[in-house]
Amino acid sequence: MKPKFAMYWAASCGGCEIAVLNIHEKILDVDANFEVVFWPVAMDAKIKDVEALPDGDILLTLFNGGIRNAENEHMAHLLRRKSKILVAFGSCANEGCIPGLANLSSQEEIFDAVYAGVSTNNPLRVRPQFNWQIPEGELHIPEFYPVLRTLDQVVNVDYYIPGCPPESHQIAAVIDHVIQVLQGKAELPPPGSVLGANGTTVCDECTRRRNVKMIKKFRRIQELPEIDPTLCLLEQGIPCNGPATRNGCGALCPKAGAQCIGCYGPAAGVVDYGARLIAAFASVIDSNDPQEIDRILDGLPDPAGQIYRFNLAKSLLRKARKEV
Amino acid sequence: MQRITIDPITRLEGHGKIEIFLDEAGNVANTYFQIPELRGFERFCVGRPVEEMPLLTGRICGVCPEAHHMAAAKAGDALYQVDPPPTAKKLRELLYSAFYVTDHTTHFYALGGPDFVMGPDAPVAERNILGVIHKVGLEIGGKVIQARKYGHNVIEMIGGRKVHPCTSIPGGLTKGITEEQRREIEEMGRWAVEFAQFSLQLFDDLVLKNQAYLELVLGDIYLHQTYYIGMVDEQNRVNFYDGKISVVAPNGERIGKYAAHEYTDWIAERVEPWTYLKFPYLKKVGWRGFVDGMESGVYCATPLSRLNAADGMATPLAQEAYERFYETLVPGQPKVVHHRLATHWARLIELLYAAERWVELATDPEITSPNIHTVPTAKPTEGVGCVEAPRGTLTHHYWTDERGVLTRVNLIVGTTNNYAPISMSVKKAAQNFIKNGVVVTEGLLNRIEMAFRAYDPCFGCATHSLPGQMPMEVVIRDAQGQPIDVLRQYC
Ligand code: SF4
Ligand code: SF4
Repeated sequence: MKPKFAMYWAASCGGCEIAVLNIHEKILDVDANFEVVFWPVAMDAKIKDVEALPDGDILLTLFNGGIRNAENEHMAHLLRRKSKILVAFGSCANEGCIPGLANLSSQEEIFDAVYAGVSTNNPLRVRPQFNWQIPEGELHIPEFYPVLRTLDQVVNVDYYIPGCPPESHQIAAVIDHVIQVLQGKAELPPPGSVLGANGTTVCDECTRRRNVKMIKKFRRIQELPEIDPTLCLLEQGIPCNGPATRNGCGALCPKAGAQCIGCYGPAAGVVDYGARLIAAFASVIDSNDPQEIDRILDGLPDPAGQIYRFNLAKSLLRKARKEV
Repeated sequence: MQRITIDPITRLEGHGKIEIFLDEAGNVANTYFQIPELRGFERFCVGRPVEEMPLLTGRICGVCPEAHHMAAAKAGDALYQVDPPPTAKKLRELLYSAFYVTDHTTHFYALGGPDFVMGPDAPVAERNILGVIHKVGLEIGGKVIQARKYGHNVIEMIGGRKVHPCTSIPGGLTKGITEEQRREIEEMGRWAVEFAQFSLQLFDDLVLKNQAYLELVLGDIYLHQTYYIGMVDEQNRVNFYDGKISVVAPNGERIGKYAAHEYTDWIAERVEPWTYLKFPYLKKVGWRGFVDGMESGVYCATPLSRLNAADGMATPLAQEAYERFYETLVPGQPKVVHHRLATHWARLIELLYAAERWVELATDPEITSPNIHTVPTAKPTEGVGCVEAPRGTLTHHYWTDERGVLTRVNLIVGTTNNYAPISMSVKKAAQNFIKNGVVVTEGLLNRIEMAFRAYDPCFGCATHSLPGQMPMEVVIRDAQGQPIDVLRQYC
């Protein structure tokens, strides 16, 4: 009997699923080596069948998306119980991703922004209700939680595959490795490992020249008359997140002239992503005067977003907010 | 009162749910199509720099990040009142055309088309891409993969990444293309034109030459008389990347055209307490509930809508196909088609247009120019960007402080436009197949599934599911709310 495989999406954009589908013929390897028991995007999704499985019966579950509402949480618990190996797949499940930025706002602020926008005609200030009495009966929508949580803030996670989305060649490599494990040709990495990425930073794979050139101020990318195609973006004053970000993509964005926005999360060994990033930024600033350095750093248009763009839900900030 | 619950996309998981309530006589009292999820981009994009918006809003939908990337970049252009150099605009449109080829191909072959190729009465298990390959030949599978691959190659060449492109910024792009890349793009484009022609021919052979299918397309069962919107160029021809939004009434008459920044004069959104998604409607006509007709502000924004809202196509082969479309479906009548299933045909005409446009742009003498960015100089305040996403007109509206940091965001996302018409199709299906307490279960499920697929709803934009995936579960409850039967169908 083939080992069982599942993939599930909680609060996500669908990009992780597209990235998996983009491994093309490797999908057939998954099919050949696993019994796919649950994968809503690719096959019928019988939650009742998952519920009926013995605990731990699914060998491998790839879980993408954050925990935004009550249903997402329910599914996280269910799949944890049924899976031997539960993988946090993609930035949302790993660290909250862009939707995690919602944790800086209250539910009321979020609802106001959505349901009182300029094009909304809503004089009675209607807001979605988790339970709503209609003439014919009662309707339910899942409870929207006060914060978005990462998968490992809700259940125990065995492995992490970062990226928004994880690049397809990395996904293919992980699948190859797991198949080798099944065939007894390789061993599973220690629990808690990050898979499908490298131990280095995006800078290490970036082809741009670093001249140790110093800057006097940060620039916005649209303000530059020309982006030098070969010089490090940071040395052109563009706040690139490469120095603190884990490499897995091969530095795709800087290669295309755009700054890394940090979608692969903190590099190996980086505990405080923000501190690492600010240290890297400070190191290209042409000054020894701490006050001037601070002033130049203040020129960043969105310091919170710069540091927490993808990892707010996972970061210390969320805790800080809760303690307030 | 009986209550029927259909979780159409993936049941419990919060991707879309239909509740059908019956009255004492066992007829449909009401239906509710609920979208049970929200992420709140309008809120948390506030405080972010405008140049990041093409990157951040891509994460609204991983199925059509290209559309958000473009709308956000155009809103950034508008905000700084900067006109990108022609090459930048053409490269963006080139990327976007390749994306359309990929997206429409996926839909037709994997999601919507199988209903036709296999026939709507074929067993569900055969109505998928594999069934299509078995029927039409293995070679076709290779072509579909090739079309998707080529599209993604172009997206990566111009956009930097295959999913979530990163190169559009206010005023243009961060990089251009080389002559070598241009040649490669042109070659792939020429192949795409042939592939699109092949796809239309296939539709012709399988559907148009088959009287039974044609009757299905033209029957009342999938008919809704609504308004239509779609982007057009200066000559009122379909355009996906830029132009004004044309609004056409159910009688085929154009009631106006609006520029992106005028959208609030035309579109309003209604909030219902039982769903997280809003219902857009035409403000000038007004909200009259989930009903058809001239008096109801409900509108559609789909491939069919875009054809209805335009006077023609901007490329020769697509124009021919366009003329044939109206001659076949509404000969001698006003040029407006209300048959929802004709959307599949319209989608293939758009596929051909996108492929032809791809080649046109790839052979444009300016396309390899290094002049790809204009530095914005004006003080940013407010800007709106619109593009046609495959599943409807997409609008991004930003306000910023003088540094270009967002203070307010409003979004009307592709599929959302069609929330009301989809709800109406659901209700019509329910009314057709549930009468005096008798539920024609198989018919109901099929009907809803096919109606959904015509719209190609992608609630990845609105919530997060991929288009076309419609596993369904119907729970029929007695007056005490106890389930008396559970029916299932999966695609
Ligand atoms: S900072 Fe950015 S541009 Fe510079 S080397 Fe690192 S990744 Fe490349
Ligand atoms: S360069 Fe940075 S933002 Fe771009 S794909 Fe790589 S990790 Fe993600």
